[in-house]
Amino acid sequence: MNKFAYVDCKTVDETLAQLGPDATIKAGGIDLLDLMKDGIVAPPKLVNIRNVSSLRGITAAPDGLRIGPLSTLTEISVHPEVQLRYAALSDAAGHAATPQVRNMATLGGNIMQRPRCWYFRSTDFDCKKKGGTSQDCHAHEGENQYHAVINNGTCAMVHPSSTAVPLLAMNAEVELTSKRGKRTVPMSGFYVPPEKSLINETVVQPGEIITSIFVPAPEPGTRSAYQKYGEKESFDWPLADAGVVLVMAGQHCRQARVVLGVAAPTPMRATAAEAVLTGKTIDEATARAAAKAAMQEATPLSQNGYKTQLFQTAIYRTVLLAAGQMQRDPSAIG
Amino acid sequence: MPLEIITQEQEQGAQPGAKKVPNAAKPEPQAVHQDVAAPPVASKDSGPPKRSESFVFGIPQNGLTSKQREVPVDEPPPLARNADLRYIGKPTARYDGPAKAMGKGKYTADVQLPGMLYARMVDASVPHGRIVSIDTAAAEKLPGVRAVYVVQHTYGLAELRDPKQETPSRYPLIRYAGQPIAGIAAVSPQIADDAAKLIKVQYDPMPFVVDRTEARAADAPAVFPGPADAAGSAGGGGGPKGVPQVGNVHGPQRKQTGDPAAGFAAADVVVESEYFTQVQTHSALETHGFVVDWKPDEVTVYASTQGTSSVRNDMADVFKLPKSQVRVITEFMGGGFGAKFGIGNEGAVAANLSRMTNAPVKLMLDRRQEHIVSNRPDSHQKLKIGAKRDGTLTAIELTSYGTAGVGTGAGTAGPATNLYTCPNLLTEEYDVFTNAGPGAAFRAPGHPQGCFAFEQAIDELAVKLAMDPIALRDKIDENQARRVERQLIVERTNWRNRRPAGSDAGPIKRGMGVAQSVWYRFVSMNSSCEVRVSRDGSVELMSAVQDLGTGTKTMLAIVVAEEFGIPPGQVVIRIGDTRFPVGPDSGGSVTAGSITPAVRNAAYQAKQQLFAAVAPQLGTTPDNLHLAEGRVLFKNDPSRSYTLKQITGKLPTDEISARATRGPEYAKEKLTYGGVDYVELAVDTETGRVHVEKVFGAHDCGRPINPTGVISQINGGILQGISYALFEQRIMDRKTGYMLNANLDNYKILGAREVPEIEIELVENYIAQSSTDAAGIGESAGIITLAAAIGNAFFNATGVRMRSIPMTPANVLAALGKVPGQPGQEVQA
Ligand SMILES: Cc1cc2nc3c(=O)[nH]c(=O)nc-3n(C[C@H](O)[C@H](O)[C@H](O)COP(=O)(O)OP(=O)(O)OC[C@H]3O[C@@H](n4cnc5c(N)ncnc54)[C@H](O)[C@@H]3O)c2cc1C
Repeated sequence: MNKFAYVDCKTVDETLAQLGPDATIKAGGIDLLDLMKDGIVAPPKLVNIRNVSSLRGITAAPDGLRIGPLSTLTEISVHPEVQLRYAALSDAAGHAATPQVRNMATLGGNIMQRPRCWYFRSTDFDCKKKGGTSQDCHAHEGENQYHAVINNGTCAMVHPSSTAVPLLAMNAEVELTSKRGKRTVPMSGFYVPPEKSLINETVVQPGEIITSIFVPAPEPGTRSAYQKYGEKESFDWPLADAGVVLVMAGQHCRQARVVLGVAAPTPMRATAAEAVLTGKTIDEATARAAAKAAMQEATPLSQNGYKTQLFQTAIYRTVLLAAGQMQRDPSAIG
Repeated sequence: MPLEIITQEQEQGAQPGAKKVPNAAKPEPQAVHQDVAAPPVASKDSGPPKRSESFVFGIPQNGLTSKQREVPVDEPPPLARNADLRYIGKPTARYDGPAKAMGKGKYTADVQLPGMLYARMVDASVPHGRIVSIDTAAAEKLPGVRAVYVVQHTYGLAELRDPKQETPSRYPLIRYAGQPIAGIAAVSPQIADDAAKLIKVQYDPMPFVVDRTEARAADAPAVFPGPADAAGSAGGGGGPKGVPQVGNVHGPQRKQTGDPAAGFAAADVVVESEYFTQVQTHSALETHGFVVDWKPDEVTVYASTQGTSSVRNDMADVFKLPKSQVRVITEFMGGGFGAKFGIGNEGAVAANLSRMTNAPVKLMLDRRQEHIVSNRPDSHQKLKIGAKRDGTLTAIELTSYGTAGVGTGAGTAGPATNLYTCPNLLTEEYDVFTNAGPGAAFRAPGHPQGCFAFEQAIDELAVKLAMDPIALRDKIDENQARRVERQLIVERTNWRNRRPAGSDAGPIKRGMGVAQSVWYRFVSMNSSCEVRVSRDGSVELMSAVQDLGTGTKTMLAIVVAEEFGIPPGQVVIRIGDTRFPVGPDSGGSVTAGSITPAVRNAAYQAKQQLFAAVAPQLGTTPDNLHLAEGRVLFKNDPSRSYTLKQITGKLPTDEISARATRGPEYAKEKLTYGGVDYVELAVDTETGRVHVEKVFGAHDCGRPINPTGVISQINGGILQGISYALFEQRIMDRKTGYMLNANLDNYKILGAREVPEIEIELVENYIAQSSTDAAGIGESAGIITLAAAIGNAFFNATGVRMRSIPMTPANVLAALGKVPGQPGQEVQA
C-alpha cells in the first residue's frame, strides 16, 4: 500500500476544505482500502468522514426518507420505517456482503464503490479503465463468467452495489455538496455507463461529497422487494440481483419498476419487463414473461450465458416476492 | 488385496516419507519408507523378545472376537475395547481449544523475536521465460532494507531428466507466474513491500500454456524441453518417474491386473463415462511461512509445517548443517492439508536472509502466493466398468489426464483400484505439464478426483442394472467395516424412502446419494517420545510430532492418561519441537497410528519404572501395583491405596523417564480405512444452486482414541468436500497465464451458511496391530466422498448426471440445458 496523509474531519465544511485534487474521501474504508492494498489506487491523501456526525442518521418524513450517507447498511436494514415502506432497500442493505462488512459499510460508500472485474482489480492487467493502453477489454476474450450480459460491448464490468438497485427503482435522489454549493442528481443519472466514460462510474466530481440520499415516499399500494443470487450464500458477490417496486391495486399492477444489478456495467431499469407487468394481474406466468422480456436484449459473452437464466429467475421470483405471492427465496444469498 | 498395491501407493507417493526435495542432493532414505509394509513378526531368533497376547479383534456390530499376537515383552498388556476403558474412546474437548479461542496460541505468523526482520517473497510476473537480469540495487538502497537474496534453485517443480536439454542460465528458468525469484528482508513489512517493487527483473518471455486440454495438443508450447519428473512430498503427491513423455504429456503410468478385454467380453452390462474435476488450492488459513533465527551454534526454525522432521532434514540437506544444529518448532499450526512439508522455497529464502543479516527473519507468503504455491491437480477421466447382471464386476478401465502444473502427481486411480473387488483392471494415468503452480499432496491425493468419477460410475452401473446403489456395493465390496457403515446408512437415514430419479415436479428437486472412500494404513517408524514423571506427581510427554490442528495433543494426553489413571488435562504435552524425540511427519494419515503406540509404551514403561522404584518402600513387589482413578492400588489388598503424588514422592530421584519408539506392526496385512457418506440435497434447477441439506457419515479408523477429535476431522473433511464439489476452483487467465482469483473472495470456499446438518457414526474396528490400534482419519474423512455423493444425490434429484465440478450455477444450469447454446446432459428419469 502507498504512503498517504490522513485527515480526520468533524464537519462537512472541514471536509470540503480538505478536498483538494489529491484527496480521496474515506467512509467505512472497505472498498477503498481493498483497492489501495491491491495497488489499484494510490491516493496521496485520505479524508476520513466517519466522524462527520451531520452525515449520519435516517429520517422518515411524510414526503420521503432522508438517509445520511454515513448510515451503515446494518442501520438501514434494521430501521423499522425502512422495513415497512421501503422493503426493497432494507432487503438490499441487509443482504449485501456479510454482517461484519454491513456494520462498517456506509450507504455513500456502497453506491460509490468501484466495479467488480478481476482484470480491473489486478495490477497484473493493464486496462483502459485504469488509464492503461490496452485497447481490448480483457474480459471479452478472457474469463468472463462473472461479467455483464447487457451493454457489455465497451467494458464488461459490473457494479455490485446492492443498495443502488432499489434506490434506482424507488427514484431516489443523491444530494452532492461542494465548495460551489449543492446539487441534486436522480439515481437514474447518477451512474455513467462505460460508453460515456471509462474512467468514472458516477457523475460525482472531484471536490464533491454525497451529503444526503432522498427516497420519495411510495405511492399507496406500493410493494417492493430485492433479491440477490450468487454461487453461495455466505460472503459472495452477486451474479444476478433484482429490485422490484410494484404499485398495486389488489393483484392488479398499476405501475412497475424493475431494476437489475449486475446485468450491465451499471445498475439498469429493465423497461421491457416493466412493460409486461404494467396493467396486468401479477401471477407466476406474468412474472416469468416479464423476466424473459428483460433478457431479450442480453448479449452474453463466451462464459456467462447462464447469467441470463439466473436473471430470469431473480426477476420472476422477486416480482412474486414483492407481490406477496412467494416467500423469500432460499437460493438468494446473504 | 495383493501387496503390490501397497508398493504402488508408495510409488505414487501417496504415503509419507517420499521426500520433498529441496535440493538435487540424493534424498536420504527415511525409515518410514522401509517400514510401511511392516516386516512379519520376528521369528524367535531375531528382534526383541516377545510374548503372546490375546487382542480384542473385529467390529462390535459384527461381534468382537480375539486375535493372538506376539508382542515385544516391554509393551503393555492389550487394551480392552473402548467401552471398557476410562479415557480412551471417551469424547474429550480439545486440549488447546481455550488457548486458540482466546488468541493465546502462538502460530508461526505470530512469532516475534527481538531484532526480527520481515521478509517478502518476490515472484515472477511471466508464466514462462528466461530471466535476463535481476537488478536489486534500488531495493538494497532503500532505507530499512537489510538484505536481498536472489533465488538460486527453485524447489517444488519437476526437473529435466537430462538437464543438458536446457541451456544453462544464471537464474532458474521461470515456468509459472508466481515462481519465487528473490526475498527481501527489511525492518518492517511495509519497507519490504516497497522494496519488492524496486526489484527490476528483465525477462526473455517464452510461449506458455495454462490449460490442460490445450497443453495436450501436439503443437502446444512445451513447459519442459524434454522429459521431466517431480518428487513427491512427505504427504504424498508427486507422480511416477521415468514414464514416457511426449510434449507436455507425461505418462502413462499403466497398471494392469487380469485380462480387462476378457472381462469386458464377459460382462452383461458396461457403463462408459467421462468426468472432469477442477484445480483446488489448499487455502490454509495460515499461509506458508517460517521464522528463521540463524545463529552460529544453532539455527532455530519456527515453521508452519506438517513435519518438524521434514523441515529439519531439509535444512540440514540444503545448508549442509548437522541435524544437531537445527531446531524446528511448531507449536500451533494454521492448516496445511498436505502442502506444508520441508522448507520449500519460502523456508530456504528465509534461512538465507537470516544468515545474511545475522537476525531472525520472518517470511510468511501472502494470500496470492499461497494460492499459487500448491494445489490439487485437476482431472479428465474416462471410465469403463463391466459387470454381470447380479452386479459382480468383471472389468474396470480408467484413463485419466490431469495437470499438476509444473509438477506431477495428478493420478486418480486409487478408488478404482482399491474400492471394490474386480479381477480385471487397467488404469492409465497421465500428468499434463502446464505453466502453472505445482501440485502438491492435498488431503487424500488423487482420491477426491478419482472418487467423483468412479463412485458416480458405480451409481450409473446400479441404474443400468436396476439395482439399489447400496445393494450393489454390498455385492462388490468385501470390506467388513464398509458393510457395517452402509447398513448404518440404511437404518439411520431416509435411504429406504429414496424415490426414482427426478421425482419432483417443481423447480426445486430433492434427492439422496451415497459414496464411499478408501484410504490406506501407513505407519511411520519415525515415531518416538519420552514420558517423564516427576517427584511431585506431574506427568509430561515430549515428542517432536506436531499438531496441525487435528487434535494430536489431546489424543496423546488421553493415551498417557489412560495408562496413569489420571485425567487427560493433568498430562502436560510438549510437542512440535525437534529437541524432543523424533516424531512422524503428518501426511498420509499416519500420525495417530504411528505415534500413539510409542506414547502408550513409553507411559507404560515409565509407570513400570515408578513401581519398581517405590515397591520396596511400600513393602510389596512392582507387579502388585497398578494405577487407576489417579491412585496407586494394591492388587492383593483392595483396602490399600495411595495417591499418585504420595507414590512419586517416594522416588529416589527428582524424575524418572522412559523413551519409546514405534515398533513394527504386529502382523503384515494390507489394511484400509474408509467411510460411507450419505447426502440429502435440493437442486434449484432455475438458479443452478445445490443446497446440501443433510450429511450422514459412517466412518472407521481402527480404535478411535478421541471420538470428539475424530468427528471433528470428519466434519472438516465433509465441509471441505462440499466446498470442493460446489464452489472452489482455480481460475487461470489463458491469455496471460495469471491466476485471476488468487484471493478469498473470488476463490470461493464454503461458509457458515453452506454448512448442512451433519451426523457422524464411528465404527470401531479393532485390528490388533499395535498397542493402541489407533489409526488416522484425516484423509478418509469426507473430502474423498462428498463430491461423488453430491453427484449421486444430484442425479437422484434431477435425473441428470453432473460430470464436472464445481457444481456452480454456470455448470449446473449448463448441465440442465438451461444455458442458451449449451445442449446439457441427457435426462434419465
Ligand atoms: C466480501 C465482501 C462482499 C461484498 N458483497 C457486497 C454485496 O453483496 N453488495 C454490495 O453492495 N456490496 C458488497 N460489498 C462491498 C461493500 O458493501 C462496499 O465495499 C462498502 O459498502 C463500501 O462502503 P464504505 O463505507 O466502506 O466505503 P469506502 O470504502 O470508504 O469508500 C468507497 C468509495 O466511496 C467514496 N465515498 C464514500 N463516502 C462518500 C461520500 N459521502 N461522498 C462521496 N464519496 C464517498 C470513497 O471516496 C471511495 O471511493 C462486499 C464487500 C466485501 C468485502
